[in-house]
Amino acid sequence: MAEQRARPLSPHLGIWRWGPGMAASIFHRISGGALTVAGLAVLTWWLLALADGGDAYGDFTAIAGTWVGLVVLIGLSWAFFQHLLTGIRHLVMDTGENFELRGNKNAAIATFVGALLLTAALWFYILGVTK
Amino acid sequence: MSLGDSSSELGKVRGLGSAREGGEHWISERVSSVALVLLGVWLIASLLFLPSLDHATVSEWLRTPLGAVPMALFVITSFYHGLDGLKVVVDDYVHEPGNNFALNTLLLFAAVGGAAFALFALAKVAFGAAA
Repeated sequence: MAEQRARPLSPHLGIWRWGPGMAASIFHRISGGALTVAGLAVLTWWLLALADGGDAYGDFTAIAGTWVGLVVLIGLSWAFFQHLLTGIRHLVMDTGENFELRGNKNAAIATFVGALLLTAALWFYILGVTK
Repeated sequence: MSLGDSSSELGKVRGLGSAREGGEHWISERVSSVALVLLGVWLIASLLFLPSLDHATVSEWLRTPLGAVPMALFVITSFYHGLDGLKVVVDDYVHEPGNNFALNTLLLFAAVGGAAFALFALAKVAFGAAA
């Protein structure tokens, strides 16, 4: 039997470039994964520390207040807002709306701008209040 | 019509919709996402409006029904939705049936276990005596 020759494949996965729509999809998945793994770990740790008493809670807030802790919390809040906005975009698209190229692209860009603005507003408010 | 079927008669005739039971999962992921829009915004707003995030203030807040009940719903819904989301990622990338089953089982245990710890901690705070 003759050996089967490799057939040419369509380069459908090899040729692509970044665009707002696919970036929104990828960031939705990454932010969702980060929120599930890191976000729920922090939530559970926070509740356990709270239940454990003032000393354990003090340890938690001390770690949360270090620059590493703040980077994690700011990152999680950004992931929350990004996932919230791309999630709403997905719910809209689930109804069959906004698949036109221009509107779809604009909505994808709006999720990134919105998430950054909401994160910035949140942390300006928090750090402004405590200082 | 079960939720796993295509949602319209024409879709059924054309053989659209889930091949097996995926439609149920798809719907459950979206229903929990809508709940988390409400609960997530509630959580961030509540933390912002608390006069302080120290141990006494947060504990007192979680002893009230309007603090403890939405927090319990947030814990359950966020672990549920996170599990739904990570299952989609596993099903996308892990095709070997044994590995897929093992990883999904591991995720299920982690999600149920994590949620149980978070709920235990919350219950301890909510039903604990005022300091």
